[in-house]
Amino acid sequence: MTIFLSLSVDRDRCVGAGMCALTAPQLFDQRDADGRVVLLDPEPAPAHHAAAHQAAELCPAAAITALRTGAFDG
Amino acid sequence: MDHAPSTRSPHDAAHAVELVTRPDDSRTGCPFDPPAELTRHRQEQPLRRLRFPDGHLGWLATGYSVCRAILADARLSSRKELMHNPSMDLGGMEIPPAAPGEFINMDEPQHGRYRKLLAGKFTVRRMKLLTERVEQITAEHLDAMEKAGPTVDLVTAFAQPIPAIMICELLGVPYQDRDSFQEQAAAVFSGDMEEKMAAFTAIQTYLAELVAAKRADPTDDILSDLTDSDLTDEELLGIGFLLLAAGIDTTANMLGLGAFALLSDPEQAAVLRGDPSLAGQAVEELLRYLTIAELGLRTALEDVEIGGRTIKAGETVVVSFPAANRDPEKYPEPDRLDLRRQALGHLAFGHGAHQCVAQQLARVEMSVAFPALLARFPTLRPAIPREEVPLRVNTNVYGVESLPVTWDVTGGRRVVG
Repeated sequence: MTIFLSLSVDRDRCVGAGMCALTAPQLFDQRDADGRVVLLDPEPAPAHHAAAHQAAELCPAAAITALRTGAFDG
Repeated sequence: MDHAPSTRSPHDAAHAVELVTRPDDSRTGCPFDPPAELTRHRQEQPLRRLRFPDGHLGWLATGYSVCRAILADARLSSRKELMHNPSMDLGGMEIPPAAPGEFINMDEPQHGRYRKLLAGKFTVRRMKLLTERVEQITAEHLDAMEKAGPTVDLVTAFAQPIPAIMICELLGVPYQDRDSFQEQAAAVFSGDMEEKMAAFTAIQTYLAELVAAKRADPTDDILSDLTDSDLTDEELLGIGFLLLAAGIDTTANMLGLGAFALLSDPEQAAVLRGDPSLAGQAVEELLRYLTIAELGLRTALEDVEIGGRTIKAGETVVVSFPAANRDPEKYPEPDRLDLRRQALGHLAFGHGAHQCVAQQLARVEMSVAFPALLARFPTLRPAIPREEVPLRVNTNVYGVESLPVTWDVTGGRRVVG
Protein backbone atom coordinates (compact mmCIF):
# COMPACT_ATOMS: atom_id res chain seq x y z
CA MET A 1 0.00 0.00 0.00
CA THR A 2 1.22 3.46 -0.81
CA ILE A 3 0.57 6.37 1.51
CA PHE A 4 -0.55 9.50 -0.30
CA LEU A 5 -0.70 12.91 1.21
CA SER A 6 -3.04 15.55 0.00
CA LEU A 7 -2.09 19.07 1.03
CA SER A 8 -4.37 22.07 0.90
CA VAL A 9 -4.15 25.62 2.18
CA ASP A 10 -6.75 28.17 3.22
CA ARG A 11 -5.43 31.54 2.12
CA ASP A 12 -8.20 33.40 3.92
CA ARG A 13 -7.08 31.99 7.23
CA CYS A 14 -3.37 32.42 6.49
CA VAL A 15 -1.68 35.26 8.40
CA GLY A 16 1.66 35.14 6.58
CA ALA A 17 3.76 34.15 9.58
CA GLY A 18 5.94 32.03 7.30
CA MET A 19 6.34 28.95 9.48
CA CYS A 20 5.55 26.66 6.52
CA ALA A 21 7.99 28.39 4.18
CA LEU A 22 10.60 28.25 6.94
CA THR A 23 10.29 24.57 7.78
CA ALA A 24 9.17 23.09 4.43
CA PRO A 25 10.43 25.41 1.67
CA GLN A 26 10.10 22.58 -0.85
CA LEU A 27 6.32 22.58 -0.30
CA PHE A 28 5.41 26.16 0.60
CA ASP A 29 6.29 29.69 -0.38
CA GLN A 30 4.80 33.10 0.42
CA ARG A 31 3.36 35.75 -1.87
CA ASP A 32 5.33 38.98 -1.89
CA ALA A 33 2.16 41.05 -1.95
CA ASP A 34 0.68 39.91 1.36
CA GLY A 35 2.93 37.17 2.72
CA ARG A 36 0.23 34.57 2.30
CA VAL A 37 0.95 30.97 1.55
CA VAL A 38 1.65 29.54 -1.89
CA LEU A 39 1.30 25.77 -2.07
CA LEU A 40 4.09 24.44 -4.29
CA ASP A 41 3.22 20.78 -4.17
CA PRO A 42 -0.28 19.54 -3.24
CA GLU A 43 0.77 15.89 -3.42
CA PRO A 44 4.24 15.72 -1.94
CA ALA A 45 6.50 12.69 -2.25
CA PRO A 46 6.78 10.47 0.84
CA ALA A 47 10.17 12.01 1.65
CA HIS A 48 8.35 15.28 2.38
CA HIS A 49 5.41 13.91 4.36
CA ALA A 50 6.97 14.56 7.74
CA ALA A 51 7.74 18.17 6.80
CA ALA A 52 4.18 18.62 5.53
CA HIS A 53 2.66 17.36 8.78
CA GLN A 54 5.00 19.54 10.79
CA ALA A 55 4.07 22.63 8.78
CA ALA A 56 0.37 21.92 9.32
CA GLU A 57 0.98 21.52 13.05
CA LEU A 58 3.08 24.67 13.35
CA CYS A 59 0.80 26.97 11.36
CA PRO A 60 -0.43 29.63 13.81
CA ALA A 61 -3.64 30.08 11.85
CA ALA A 62 -4.43 26.40 11.17
CA ALA A 63 -4.47 27.22 7.46
CA ILE A 64 -2.82 23.99 6.27
CA THR A 65 -4.58 20.66 5.97
CA ALA A 66 -2.56 17.50 5.39
CA LEU A 67 -4.88 14.63 4.57
CA ARG A 68 -3.44 11.17 4.55
CA THR A 69 -4.95 8.61 2.19
CA GLY A 70 -3.84 5.10 1.43
CA ALA A 71 -4.21 3.36 -1.87
CA PHE A 72 -3.48 -0.17 -2.84
CA ASP A 73 -1.04 -0.37 -5.67
CA GLY A 74 -2.02 -1.88 -8.99
CA MET B 1 4.83 47.54 43.14
CA ASP B 2 3.99 45.66 46.29
CA HIS B 3 6.04 42.51 46.45
CA ALA B 4 4.79 41.34 49.83
CA PRO B 5 2.67 38.21 49.70
CA SER B 6 -0.97 39.21 49.64
CA THR B 7 -3.01 38.30 52.67
CA ARG B 8 -6.32 39.04 50.98
CA SER B 9 -8.29 35.95 50.23
CA PRO B 10 -10.54 35.70 47.19
CA HIS B 11 -14.02 36.54 48.35
CA ASP B 12 -15.74 33.97 46.25
CA ALA B 13 -14.94 30.33 46.72
CA ALA B 14 -13.77 29.78 43.16
CA HIS B 15 -10.23 28.96 44.29
CA ALA B 16 -9.00 32.06 42.56
CA VAL B 17 -5.38 32.92 43.11
CA GLU B 18 -3.71 36.27 43.18
CA LEU B 19 -0.26 36.75 41.81
CA VAL B 20 2.31 37.65 44.42
CA THR B 21 4.71 38.95 41.83
CA ARG B 22 3.51 40.81 38.79
CA PRO B 23 3.43 38.43 35.88
CA ASP B 24 5.89 40.72 34.14
CA ASP B 25 8.04 41.30 37.20
CA SER B 26 11.62 40.27 37.79
CA ARG B 27 12.39 36.60 37.81
CA THR B 28 13.84 35.08 40.91
CA GLY B 29 16.17 32.12 41.26
CA CYS B 30 17.78 31.11 38.00
CA PRO B 31 17.71 34.25 35.84
CA PHE B 32 16.55 32.21 32.85
CA ASP B 33 13.61 30.49 34.51
CA PRO B 34 10.04 31.79 34.71
CA PRO B 35 8.98 32.95 38.18
CA ALA B 36 8.61 29.91 40.44
CA GLU B 37 5.08 31.06 41.23
CA LEU B 38 3.98 30.59 37.62
CA THR B 39 5.60 27.16 37.42
CA ARG B 40 3.68 26.13 40.54
CA HIS B 41 0.40 27.33 39.03
CA ARG B 42 1.08 25.35 35.86
CA GLN B 43 1.74 22.21 37.90
CA GLU B 44 -1.45 22.68 39.89
CA GLN B 45 -3.85 23.98 37.25
CA PRO B 46 -2.63 25.02 33.79
CA LEU B 47 -5.73 27.21 33.46
CA ARG B 48 -6.94 28.69 36.70
CA ARG B 49 -8.99 31.53 38.10
CA LEU B 50 -7.00 34.68 38.73
CA ARG B 51 -8.06 37.61 40.87
CA PHE B 52 -6.90 40.79 39.13
CA PRO B 53 -5.75 43.85 41.11
CA ASP B 54 -8.99 45.66 40.17
CA GLY B 55 -11.03 42.81 41.64
CA HIS B 56 -11.93 41.24 38.29
CA LEU B 57 -12.17 37.46 38.38
CA GLY B 58 -10.33 36.29 35.28
CA TRP B 59 -7.92 33.56 34.30
CA LEU B 60 -4.26 32.65 34.30
CA ALA B 61 -3.07 30.26 31.58
CA THR B 62 0.32 28.62 32.09
CA GLY B 63 0.05 25.21 30.35
CA TYR B 64 1.29 24.85 26.79
CA SER B 65 -1.83 23.37 25.24
CA VAL B 66 -4.30 25.76 26.89
CA CYS B 67 -2.14 28.76 26.05
CA ARG B 68 -1.92 27.66 22.42
CA ALA B 69 -5.66 27.04 22.25
CA ILE B 70 -6.43 30.47 23.73
CA LEU B 71 -4.10 32.28 21.34
CA ALA B 72 -5.57 30.44 18.34
CA ASP B 73 -9.16 31.30 19.23
CA ALA B 74 -10.60 34.39 17.54
CA ARG B 75 -13.42 34.51 20.11
CA LEU B 76 -10.77 35.70 22.56
CA SER B 77 -10.20 39.33 21.69
CA SER B 78 -6.97 41.33 21.50
CA ARG B 79 -8.77 44.68 21.83
CA LYS B 80 -6.99 46.47 24.61
CA GLU B 81 -10.03 48.41 25.75
CA LEU B 82 -11.57 45.10 26.84
CA MET B 83 -8.64 44.06 29.06
CA HIS B 84 -8.37 44.10 32.81
CA ASN B 85 -4.86 45.02 33.85
CA PRO B 86 -3.02 42.13 35.52
CA SER B 87 -0.42 44.37 37.16
CA MET B 88 -2.28 47.28 38.67
CA ASP B 89 -5.70 48.60 39.56
CA LEU B 90 -6.46 51.35 37.07
CA GLY B 91 -9.29 52.54 39.30
CA GLY B 92 -11.95 52.25 36.64
CA MET B 93 -10.01 54.37 34.18
CA GLU B 94 -11.22 53.63 30.69
CA ILE B 95 -8.65 52.32 28.26
CA PRO B 96 -8.95 53.89 24.82
CA PRO B 97 -9.21 51.52 21.86
CA ALA B 98 -6.16 50.94 19.67
CA ALA B 99 -4.84 54.03 17.89
CA PRO B 100 -4.76 53.95 14.08
CA GLY B 101 -2.13 51.45 12.97
CA GLU B 102 -1.79 49.89 16.43
CA PHE B 103 -2.72 46.52 14.96
CA ILE B 104 -1.50 44.33 17.82
CA ASN B 105 -4.43 45.56 19.91
CA MET B 106 -7.12 44.98 17.27
CA ASP B 107 -9.30 42.09 16.12
CA GLU B 108 -10.37 41.09 12.64
CA PRO B 109 -11.07 42.54 10.21
CA GLN B 110 -9.13 45.67 11.26
CA HIS B 111 -6.05 43.67 12.31
CA GLY B 112 -5.99 41.66 9.06
CA ARG B 113 -5.93 44.75 6.89
CA TYR B 114 -2.64 45.88 8.45
CA ARG B 115 -1.27 42.37 8.80
CA LYS B 116 -1.69 41.75 5.07
CA LEU B 117 0.29 44.87 4.21
CA LEU B 118 3.12 43.96 6.57
CA ALA B 119 3.40 40.19 6.24
CA GLY B 120 4.51 40.53 2.63
CA LYS B 121 7.45 42.69 3.72
CA PHE B 122 8.76 40.11 6.21
CA THR B 123 8.46 36.84 4.31
CA VAL B 124 10.96 34.04 4.88
CA ARG B 125 12.42 34.58 1.42
CA ARG B 126 12.88 38.32 1.80
CA MET B 127 14.41 37.95 5.24
CA LYS B 128 16.86 35.28 4.07
CA LEU B 129 18.10 37.74 1.45
CA LEU B 130 19.23 39.93 4.34
CA THR B 131 21.59 37.29 5.71
CA GLU B 132 24.65 38.80 4.07
CA ARG B 133 23.86 42.26 5.37
CA VAL B 134 23.37 40.91 8.90
CA GLU B 135 26.70 39.09 8.62
CA GLN B 136 28.38 42.31 7.56
CA ILE B 137 26.92 44.38 10.40
CA THR B 138 27.72 41.63 12.90
CA ALA B 139 31.33 41.42 11.71
CA GLU B 140 31.70 45.21 12.02
CA HIS B 141 30.51 45.10 15.60
CA LEU B 142 32.72 42.16 16.48
CA ASP B 143 35.68 44.08 14.98
CA ALA B 144 34.80 47.08 17.13
CA MET B 145 34.52 44.86 20.21
CA GLU B 146 37.91 43.37 19.53
CA LYS B 147 39.40 46.81 19.19
CA ALA B 148 37.76 48.12 22.37
CA GLY B 149 38.28 44.95 24.45
CA PRO B 150 39.14 42.72 26.12
CA THR B 151 36.22 43.86 28.30
CA VAL B 152 33.04 45.36 26.86
CA ASP B 153 29.33 45.57 27.60
CA LEU B 154 27.86 43.08 25.19
CA VAL B 155 24.47 44.79 25.26
CA THR B 156 25.64 48.14 23.90
CA ALA B 157 28.45 46.72 21.77
CA PHE B 158 26.53 43.90 20.14
CA ALA B 159 23.00 43.03 21.23
CA GLN B 160 21.38 46.44 20.75
CA PRO B 161 23.02 47.87 17.61
CA ILE B 162 22.66 44.87 15.26
CA PRO B 163 18.85 44.60 15.29
CA ALA B 164 18.51 48.39 15.55
CA ILE B 165 20.54 48.96 12.39
CA MET B 166 18.57 46.27 10.57
CA ILE B 167 15.12 47.61 11.41
CA CYS B 168 16.19 51.18 10.64
CA GLU B 169 17.52 50.13 7.24
CA LEU B 170 14.42 48.08 6.48
CA LEU B 171 12.01 50.82 7.46
CA GLY B 172 14.08 53.58 5.94
CA VAL B 173 15.02 55.51 9.06
CA PRO B 174 18.03 57.57 7.97
CA TYR B 175 21.31 56.36 9.38
CA GLN B 176 22.14 59.68 11.00
CA ASP B 177 18.82 59.72 12.91
CA ARG B 178 19.32 56.26 14.29
CA ASP B 179 21.17 57.17 17.46
CA SER B 180 18.65 59.74 18.61
CA PHE B 181 15.79 57.42 17.79
CA GLN B 182 17.42 54.59 19.72
CA GLU B 183 17.95 56.90 22.65
CA GLN B 184 14.33 58.04 22.61
CA ALA B 185 13.08 54.49 22.20
CA ALA B 186 15.21 53.36 25.15
CA ALA B 187 13.66 56.15 27.23
CA VAL B 188 10.15 55.05 26.24
CA PHE B 189 10.86 51.60 27.65
CA SER B 190 12.98 52.35 30.67
CA GLY B 191 12.63 55.96 31.83
CA ASP B 192 10.23 57.28 34.45
CA MET B 193 6.73 58.34 33.41
CA GLU B 194 7.74 61.90 32.53
CA GLU B 195 10.74 60.78 30.49
CA LYS B 196 8.60 58.17 28.80
CA MET B 197 6.03 60.74 27.74
CA ALA B 198 8.65 63.19 26.50
CA ALA B 199 10.41 60.46 24.52
CA PHE B 200 7.12 59.21 23.13
CA THR B 201 6.19 62.69 21.92
CA ALA B 202 9.63 63.16 20.38
CA ILE B 203 9.29 59.88 18.50
CA GLN B 204 5.81 60.75 17.27
CA THR B 205 7.04 64.08 15.97
CA TYR B 206 10.05 62.48 14.36
CA LEU B 207 7.98 59.77 12.69
CA ALA B 208 5.40 62.24 11.43
CA GLU B 209 8.17 64.16 9.68
CA LEU B 210 9.64 60.95 8.34
CA VAL B 211 6.31 59.78 6.91
CA ALA B 212 5.85 63.15 5.22
CA ALA B 213 9.35 62.89 3.75
CA LYS B 214 8.69 59.36 2.43
CA ARG B 215 5.47 60.50 0.81
CA ALA B 216 7.20 63.38 -0.88
CA ASP B 217 10.28 61.43 -1.90
CA PRO B 218 9.89 57.65 -1.65
CA THR B 219 13.01 55.58 -1.14
CA ASP B 220 13.58 51.83 -1.29
CA ASP B 221 12.23 50.77 2.10
CA ILE B 222 9.14 49.48 3.89
CA LEU B 223 7.87 52.85 5.08
CA SER B 224 8.04 54.27 1.55
CA ASP B 225 6.35 51.14 0.17
CA LEU B 226 3.54 51.56 2.67
CA THR B 227 2.89 55.12 1.53
CA ASP B 228 1.78 53.46 -1.69
CA SER B 229 -1.23 51.89 0.04
CA ASP B 230 -4.54 53.18 1.38
CA LEU B 231 -3.01 53.87 4.80
CA THR B 232 -3.42 57.35 6.24
CA ASP B 233 -0.48 59.29 7.70
CA GLU B 234 -1.79 58.55 11.18
CA GLU B 235 -1.89 54.84 10.45
CA LEU B 236 1.59 54.89 8.95
CA LEU B 237 2.89 56.62 12.02
CA GLY B 238 1.31 54.03 14.30
CA ILE B 239 2.71 51.14 12.29
CA GLY B 240 6.13 52.76 12.03
CA PHE B 241 6.25 53.20 15.76
CA LEU B 242 5.27 49.60 16.48
CA LEU B 243 7.78 48.16 14.02
CA LEU B 244 10.62 50.34 15.19
CA ALA B 245 9.93 49.80 18.85
CA ALA B 246 9.53 46.06 18.41
CA GLY B 247 12.58 45.86 16.14
CA ILE B 248 14.72 47.68 18.65
CA ASP B 249 13.54 46.21 21.93
CA THR B 250 12.93 42.51 21.26
CA THR B 251 15.77 40.86 19.35
CA ALA B 252 18.23 43.01 21.30
CA ASN B 253 17.00 41.39 24.49
CA MET B 254 17.17 37.92 22.97
CA LEU B 255 20.76 38.53 21.87
CA GLY B 256 21.80 39.86 25.29
CA LEU B 257 19.99 37.28 27.38
CA GLY B 258 20.83 34.52 24.90
CA ALA B 259 24.53 35.33 25.10
CA PHE B 260 24.26 35.33 28.89
CA ALA B 261 22.61 31.90 28.80
CA LEU B 262 25.24 30.50 26.42
CA LEU B 263 28.13 31.89 28.44
CA SER B 264 26.57 30.46 31.59
CA ASP B 265 26.53 27.03 30.01
CA PRO B 266 29.92 26.44 28.36
CA GLU B 267 28.91 22.95 27.32
CA GLN B 268 26.01 24.26 25.22
CA ALA B 269 28.14 27.12 23.89
CA ALA B 270 30.63 24.48 22.76
CA VAL B 271 27.87 22.60 20.95
CA LEU B 272 27.04 25.65 18.83
CA ARG B 273 30.69 26.67 18.43
CA GLY B 274 31.51 23.20 17.19
CA ASP B 275 28.65 23.00 14.72
CA PRO B 276 27.42 26.35 13.37
CA SER B 277 24.94 24.46 11.16
CA LEU B 278 22.93 23.96 14.36
CA ALA B 279 22.27 27.71 14.43
CA GLY B 280 18.64 27.57 13.28
CA GLN B 281 17.73 24.88 15.76
CA ALA B 282 19.74 26.54 18.54
CA VAL B 283 17.86 29.79 17.99
CA GLU B 284 14.51 28.02 18.41
CA GLU B 285 15.70 26.45 21.66
CA LEU B 286 17.00 29.79 22.96
CA LEU B 287 13.66 31.37 22.06
CA ARG B 288 11.82 28.63 23.94
CA TYR B 289 14.13 28.52 26.93
CA LEU B 290 14.30 32.29 27.44
CA THR B 291 10.87 33.41 26.16
CA ILE B 292 11.43 37.12 26.73
CA ALA B 293 7.84 38.21 25.97
CA GLU B 294 6.27 37.77 29.38
CA LEU B 295 2.56 37.71 28.76
CA GLY B 296 -0.32 38.07 26.40
CA LEU B 297 -3.82 39.24 27.27
CA ARG B 298 -7.12 38.18 25.76
CA THR B 299 -10.72 38.90 26.72
CA ALA B 300 -13.55 36.57 25.78
CA LEU B 301 -16.16 38.06 23.41
CA GLU B 302 -18.49 35.14 24.17
CA ASP B 303 -18.39 32.08 26.43
CA VAL B 304 -15.50 29.89 25.28
CA GLU B 305 -14.74 26.38 26.45
CA ILE B 306 -11.05 25.62 26.74
CA GLY B 307 -9.26 22.90 28.68
CA GLY B 308 -12.53 21.76 30.26
CA ARG B 309 -13.28 25.21 31.68
CA THR B 310 -15.60 27.92 30.44
CA ILE B 311 -14.13 31.37 30.00
CA LYS B 312 -17.16 33.61 30.15
CA ALA B 313 -17.78 36.63 27.94
CA GLY B 314 -15.95 39.64 29.38
CA GLU B 315 -13.37 37.66 31.33
CA THR B 316 -9.69 38.46 30.78
CA VAL B 317 -7.05 35.76 30.43
CA VAL B 318 -3.37 36.25 31.19
CA VAL B 319 -1.31 33.96 28.96
CA SER B 320 2.16 33.29 30.36
CA PHE B 321 4.46 32.52 27.43
CA PRO B 322 7.47 31.60 29.61
CA ALA B 323 5.47 29.15 31.72
CA ALA B 324 3.90 27.55 28.64
CA ASN B 325 7.27 27.04 26.97
CA ARG B 326 8.54 25.15 30.03
CA ASP B 327 5.61 22.73 30.10
CA PRO B 328 7.01 19.19 30.51
CA GLU B 329 4.00 17.82 28.64
CA LYS B 330 5.32 19.55 25.52
CA TYR B 331 9.06 19.58 26.21
CA PRO B 332 10.74 16.80 28.20
CA GLU B 333 13.19 18.22 30.74
CA PRO B 334 11.91 21.69 29.96
CA ASP B 335 14.29 23.52 32.28
CA ARG B 336 17.36 22.27 30.47
CA LEU B 337 18.85 24.35 27.66
CA ASP B 338 19.46 21.79 24.94
CA LEU B 339 20.46 23.29 21.62
CA ARG B 340 20.01 19.93 19.90
CA ARG B 341 16.37 19.77 20.95
CA GLN B 342 13.52 20.15 18.47
CA ALA B 343 11.99 23.26 20.03
CA LEU B 344 9.81 24.43 17.12
CA GLY B 345 6.22 24.98 18.11
CA HIS B 346 7.19 27.15 21.06
CA LEU B 347 5.06 30.18 21.84
CA ALA B 348 7.90 32.70 22.13
CA PHE B 349 6.50 34.64 19.15
CA GLY B 350 2.94 33.99 20.26
CA HIS B 351 0.46 31.94 18.29
CA GLY B 352 -2.68 32.59 16.27
CA ALA B 353 -3.43 35.54 14.03
CA HIS B 354 -1.19 37.84 16.08
CA GLN B 355 1.94 35.70 15.99
CA CYS B 356 4.93 38.04 15.52
CA VAL B 357 4.83 39.45 12.00
CA ALA B 358 8.60 40.05 11.86
CA GLN B 359 9.69 36.78 13.45
CA GLN B 360 11.61 35.72 10.34
CA LEU B 361 13.78 38.80 10.63
CA ALA B 362 14.56 37.97 14.25
CA ARG B 363 15.48 34.42 13.24
CA VAL B 364 17.95 35.58 10.58
CA GLU B 365 19.53 38.07 12.96
CA MET B 366 19.98 35.54 15.73
CA SER B 367 21.10 32.70 13.47
CA VAL B 368 23.91 34.90 12.24
CA ALA B 369 24.82 36.75 15.43
CA PHE B 370 25.11 33.97 18.03
CA PRO B 371 27.48 31.68 16.08
CA ALA B 372 29.55 34.65 14.89
CA LEU B 373 30.00 35.90 18.44
CA LEU B 374 31.08 32.50 19.73
CA ALA B 375 33.40 31.92 16.80
CA ARG B 376 35.14 35.27 17.10
CA PHE B 377 35.79 34.97 20.85
CA PRO B 378 36.54 31.37 21.82
CA THR B 379 37.27 32.38 25.42
CA LEU B 380 34.32 34.78 25.86
CA ARG B 381 32.93 34.81 29.40
CA PRO B 382 31.00 37.14 31.74
CA ALA B 383 33.30 39.68 33.39
CA ILE B 384 31.24 39.79 36.58
CA PRO B 385 29.68 37.08 38.75
CA ARG B 386 26.48 35.74 37.29
CA GLU B 387 24.37 37.01 40.21
CA GLU B 388 25.52 40.56 39.53
CA VAL B 389 24.35 40.74 35.92
CA PRO B 390 21.56 43.34 36.03
CA LEU B 391 18.22 41.99 34.81
CA ARG B 392 15.39 43.97 33.29
CA VAL B 393 12.44 44.26 35.64
CA ASN B 394 9.00 45.83 35.35
CA THR B 395 8.90 45.51 31.63
CA ASN B 396 6.97 43.29 29.29
CA VAL B 397 10.15 42.16 27.59
CA TYR B 398 12.72 40.38 29.73
CA GLY B 399 16.45 40.67 29.25
CA VAL B 400 19.72 41.90 30.71
CA GLU B 401 20.35 45.62 31.26
CA SER B 402 24.02 45.09 30.55
CA LEU B 403 26.37 42.15 30.19
CA PRO B 404 30.03 42.89 30.83
CA VAL B 405 32.07 40.24 29.04
CA THR B 406 35.76 39.57 28.68
CA TRP B 407 38.08 37.28 26.74
CA ASP B 408 41.72 36.27 26.49
CA VAL B 409 43.75 38.39 24.15
CA THR B 410 46.30 36.45 22.18
CA GLY B 411 49.24 38.39 20.74
CA GLY B 412 48.55 38.25 17.02
CA ARG B 413 44.81 38.73 17.19
CA ARG B 414 44.71 41.96 19.09
CA VAL B 415 44.08 45.02 17.02
CA VAL B 416 45.83 47.99 18.54
CA GLY B 417 44.60 51.31 17.77
